[in-house]
Amino acid sequence: MKSHPANIIHAVAFAGAVFFSALANAGPAIEQWIAPSGARVYFVEIRTLPILDVQVDFTAGGTQVSPGKAGLAGLTAGLLDAGINDADTVLSEEQISGRWVDLGAIVGTSADQDRASVSLRTLSSSAEKEGSLALLSKILASPSFPPEILEREKQRNISAIREGETRPAVIASRRFATLMYPDHPYGILPTTQSVASIERADLVAFHRAHYAASAASVSIIGDVSRAEAEAIAQRLTSALPAGEASNPVPQVTMPLETVEKIAHPATQSHMRVGVPALRRGDPDFFPLIVGNYTLGGGGFASRLIQEVRDKRGLAYSVGSNFSPRKLDGPFEISLQTKRDQADAALKLVNQELAKFIASGPTPVELAAAKKNLVDGFGLRLDSNAKLMAHLSVIGYYQLPLTYLDDYQAKVQAVTIDQIKAAFAKHVPLGGLVTVIVATD
Amino acid sequence: MSNRLFAMTALAAVLGGVLPAPTHANPYEHQLKNGLRVIVLEDHRAPTVVHMVWYRAGAMDEKDGDTGTAHALEHLMFKGTKSVGAGEFDKRVAATGGNHNAGTSRDYTNYFQVVPKTALAEVMALEADRMKNLAFDDKQFASEIKVVMEERRLRTDDNPLAQLNEALRATAFTAHPYRRPTIGWMNDLENMTATDARLWYKNWYAPNNAIVVVVGDVSHAEIFKLAEKNYGKYQRIVLPVRKPQTEPRQKGVRRVIVKAPADQAYVMMAWKVPNLRNVKQDREPYALDVLAAVLNGHDAARLSKNLVRGSQIAQSASAGYDGGGRGEALFIMAARPSASKTVEEIETALRSEIKNIAEQGISDEELARVKIQLIASEVYKRDSLMAQAQEIGSAEAAGFSWRDINIQLEQIKTVTADEVQAVAKKYFADDGLTIAVLDPQPVDPKAPKRTPVGFRH
Repeated sequence: MKSHPANIIHAVAFAGAVFFSALANAGPAIEQWIAPSGARVYFVEIRTLPILDVQVDFTAGGTQVSPGKAGLAGLTAGLLDAGINDADTVLSEEQISGRWVDLGAIVGTSADQDRASVSLRTLSSSAEKEGSLALLSKILASPSFPPEILEREKQRNISAIREGETRPAVIASRRFATLMYPDHPYGILPTTQSVASIERADLVAFHRAHYAASAASVSIIGDVSRAEAEAIAQRLTSALPAGEASNPVPQVTMPLETVEKIAHPATQSHMRVGVPALRRGDPDFFPLIVGNYTLGGGGFASRLIQEVRDKRGLAYSVGSNFSPRKLDGPFEISLQTKRDQADAALKLVNQELAKFIASGPTPVELAAAKKNLVDGFGLRLDSNAKLMAHLSVIGYYQLPLTYLDDYQAKVQAVTIDQIKAAFAKHVPLGGLVTVIVATD
Repeated sequence: MSNRLFAMTALAAVLGGVLPAPTHANPYEHQLKNGLRVIVLEDHRAPTVVHMVWYRAGAMDEKDGDTGTAHALEHLMFKGTKSVGAGEFDKRVAATGGNHNAGTSRDYTNYFQVVPKTALAEVMALEADRMKNLAFDDKQFASEIKVVMEERRLRTDDNPLAQLNEALRATAFTAHPYRRPTIGWMNDLENMTATDARLWYKNWYAPNNAIVVVVGDVSHAEIFKLAEKNYGKYQRIVLPVRKPQTEPRQKGVRRVIVKAPADQAYVMMAWKVPNLRNVKQDREPYALDVLAAVLNGHDAARLSKNLVRGSQIAQSASAGYDGGGRGEALFIMAARPSASKTVEEIETALRSEIKNIAEQGISDEELARVKIQLIASEVYKRDSLMAQAQEIGSAEAAGFSWRDINIQLEQIKTVTADEVQAVAKKYFADDGLTIAVLDPQPVDPKAPKRTPVGFRH
């Protein structure tokens, strides 16, 4: 019998600080290689907890879906564990969910516009680890996509879309995406019609084309050796379909300046202001992220919170955010306010944005932003789960392996002029998309 | 199918035995002379520390007409003290590289900072300062109460399920303070004054009503010294008398309907059940915990399996038991009907899930799965300093000790199938039941309404 989990728990409490001992100056040691299957593998060995985390990412998001089938990426990812059927294993949805529970493992699947992700957290004791990896490899390679389960999930998706159409925040987010990306897959979201048109053959073909080892990025963190991680990566990807080349995704064209108002009976107006702005790997990444800390990303210390919330009481939640993607991902300001204050709040936000783009942060603000981002760097990597969020992005988007090592120095190097130039280039004031839901 | 891949796991195999309780000293506990309790969990994985202060003053300590005061004061705690200017707290914590926030519940109000360990002394000094030296003016109050009203609009007034939950609790309880919403009724917020908030602060913010929890890469001996230096200077106060406000026995089913813009109906059913008082002697609260887990504790649990995937009567379904708080407990089941299903069908389906367990009991496999989930989650929670700090603080704030956390976990593991069946038989009669139903309204009142089939008005 394998080691008793309870014994492991007690051992952990006494484990010493072997976790990123040089954290102040560098990120964790990332090892990277190509598995024999062709998959790219990223690995960080951390032995302080008896846990193994694995995430596999594919270019199987919304951009790879053919026109009219929006929702297919999410359904394919979501139904990976709805059934397994291959030469030596047939498992039903109920058998699979029961297995995960018996193993004490947590598995998750998701899809966004760029990627589909499958994640596993398991205990690293050998029976649990072995069972979890065996099941994960089957789910990735041999999903059966049972038609009756697809039908059920389509109905649930359609109901969720209908419910979303009644909620001001959802209406605002969806309309904002459509207006920002008028002729681009990033602006195409699932509708009741597109989901209704999806058939089992679509899922089978999408899986066969896009869940290929050669396009997979495998991230592994935790209580295993390099040799074991190599075996795990190969095991998870060796039986994947051969795949096809990803569909080319057109460049993002900038939308025209738009202000759209949408009727809704809510007590608050929900507002979004933004523009397609930032792709992964862009050299302006650091000036934009450092600058945005002062504008609206730095929580309670940001200008938007101070001006809109603290000084005037106009909103509970207000902030700005860059969401970098493979192609230009959104810059977005989001807030809600009592509907008769909507015009005043929006005017204030636009003034603050224009002022920031013209002048950037003050030297004092820039120093404060750098201090938080540099000194708080370690806090964003201090658990296996937080590190996985970074490692999977580095792997999927093929960022430099030194991304975490270089982070603090790159933040320190940012100047006010760089921030002004980067904002002027990436957030053109004459091209903003504005959506206001529930306004008079 | 092949079972070769899926051998019986070590986890399942060890479940026969009761796990030993931890014997090591970590966490560490110390009480200052002024009554402040300090609990330190050393976790040296990363040079991070979480510092939290928990005040045993939440919405349940408010009076009618003053709802929302505990939460409004939580907002005002960031408005500066005699020596720290408005907005300074935010700036100083940000300058350490850290982040911070606060929260208010029915039972408590808490404040936390997550910082590099080198900044702990600074943030503890800031937190201790505002335990006694808060200084907001009337103008700051007037501005911040508007923020709180925006928060209420966002969280509750424009959120159909939050409105439903508010109506459920306001109906289930008539005397017990859990009938009032933590964020406060809008009219109470509109009539709250700066003096009300100051009085709340004066009444409840004191070392003998607080618990400090520190988790991270620290030495407990140094933390105890630091706590003495920062918090030790304050005097204990006489706290207001807390009356029990016990809910009278409910004698008959209660129903409430909420109309709100939505596409689909939603049903919540809440039964009055016992809460946990004596961690070693009580049995029924643990059996109710296991009942909730058998219904909703994991992906293979009954509600998802039977109602969402099996009969497909529901798009989603959940069950939960909140017996670990200061006040009275509810066992709540909730579900959203599938497109062609009625509210009545959902209500019947939820009742029949309890009835099946009352009549047939649960299987050994189901009981084993609940325990596996517990064991695994005990390991996984160690990956999060915040989760560990929350667990300690919420137990302490509810009147338990951090020592009771492991006792509770071990006790849950000893629950038998018979005990689960017994609580399912005993507590789910209609006389203790409150049902809240969301009646969906069109977003555009002029548009034709898609009436849910068979909705009962």
